[in-house]
Amino acid sequence: METNQETIFQDKVDHEIKIEPKDWMPEKYRQTLIRQISQHAHSEIVGMLPEGNWITRAPSLRRKAILIAKVQDEAGHGLYLYSAAETLGISRDEMYDQLHTGKAKYSSIFNYPTLTWADIGAIGWLVDGAAILNQIPLCRTSFGPYARAMVRVCKEESFHQRQGFELLLTLSQGTDAQKQMCQDAINRWWWPSIMMFGPNDDASPHTAQSMKWKIKRFTNDELRQKFIDMIAEQVKVLNMRLPDADLKWNEERKHYDFGKINWEEFWQVVGGNGPCNKQRLDARKKAWADGAWVREAATAYAEKKASLNPSKGGTSETV
Amino acid sequence: MILLRKFYYGDYGESKLGSSSDNETSSSPSGAGGEWPLWEVFIRSKQGLDHKHAGSLHAVDAAMAIENARDVYTRRMEGVSIWVVESKHIHASNPDDAGALYDPANDKAYRHPTFYNLPDAVKHM
Ligand SMILES: [Fe+2]
Ligand SMILES: [Fe+2]
Repeated sequence: METNQETIFQDKVDHEIKIEPKDWMPEKYRQTLIRQISQHAHSEIVGMLPEGNWITRAPSLRRKAILIAKVQDEAGHGLYLYSAAETLGISRDEMYDQLHTGKAKYSSIFNYPTLTWADIGAIGWLVDGAAILNQIPLCRTSFGPYARAMVRVCKEESFHQRQGFELLLTLSQGTDAQKQMCQDAINRWWWPSIMMFGPNDDASPHTAQSMKWKIKRFTNDELRQKFIDMIAEQVKVLNMRLPDADLKWNEERKHYDFGKINWEEFWQVVGGNGPCNKQRLDARKKAWADGAWVREAATAYAEKKASLNPSKGGTSETV
Repeated sequence: MILLRKFYYGDYGESKLGSSSDNETSSSPSGAGGEWPLWEVFIRSKQGLDHKHAGSLHAVDAAMAIENARDVYTRRMEGVSIWVVESKHIHASNPDDAGALYDPANDKAYRHPTFYNLPDAVKHM
């Protein structure tokens, strides 16, 4: 029975038929998706922190409005993804709990600090840029709710990357100090950004299974190469450099060669020893604790209202 | 380790697989009062079109669900009208029955206009 179910399942996946929450699926597929989607959701939420840091100090009203809109989008992305994960049978509170206790990870990139205004541009251009490359193939991932959430996310992401690039472009045409600030931000965000694609393929134990289940469509290294090829060209428009002496176009491969990635740093940050791990997690835990009275008050209010007027759910419109 | 507890998103019916409408309000780990109920959101993208499922969210009541749906799902004029319904009120067909439910329609080709061969001389039909 089990094998038969598994064959039918794999057959659907092979034929690009989406898996929906109530369909039979291997337990491992469910677990893998819960892990991946919830960690993706956590990344969107924690990702608001480094940028939120600059909202009050944005240099103009225009930039402030843009940054607020972007950060709000990221909150939305987190919510789409949490909902998608919930269809697999895990509750929202369980996911929060996993984040707060450190059981679930989020993208390590958000454990780096945003030291100057230029960092906001570098995040949009490089971090959202890398995220987009990861997310586009996920629009065709085999699990229906995840794929649908990603379609929504991808539609919103392209403005994120463009506003970041535009911000850096403005700095790159400014005073010497502004140019320097721009280059400095690129220097600090470049390596962490290319680490966002995850370990090399030979060190990525889940990739093969995830590819077979079509949760993943491209390997980490394929996506990383694509990103580097893209950015190596775009940086020329900024008249800036990427901090990699080995970065060079390889005519034979038709790709850019690049230097050695410091995986030791990557694993250190994943393991909790990045510059801001503690700060980020503390901020989330504090937000959750500080919101407790709001959650309780809203529940109490709804209960009271329902008991006063049990026949109505609260809205006026009828279908 | 099995995490099956709730199956919503509009796709879930009353299958015993995991739906837990009986204990969902009492067994949440969040301590104070548990999670806010889950709602499904349907959005009419423009006047004249059907409402379409957009996703879900948590809210204490319908008014809050609509407000949140507005912020989460229509930040870029994606809709002109929002419906919300608490997820537990949605009943769904069971995917295991899909064969029995939908297959018989396959061999009733005579329900489609292309089944009928008419001479070319017949116009406007
Ligand atoms: Fe995002
Ligand atoms: Fe983004």
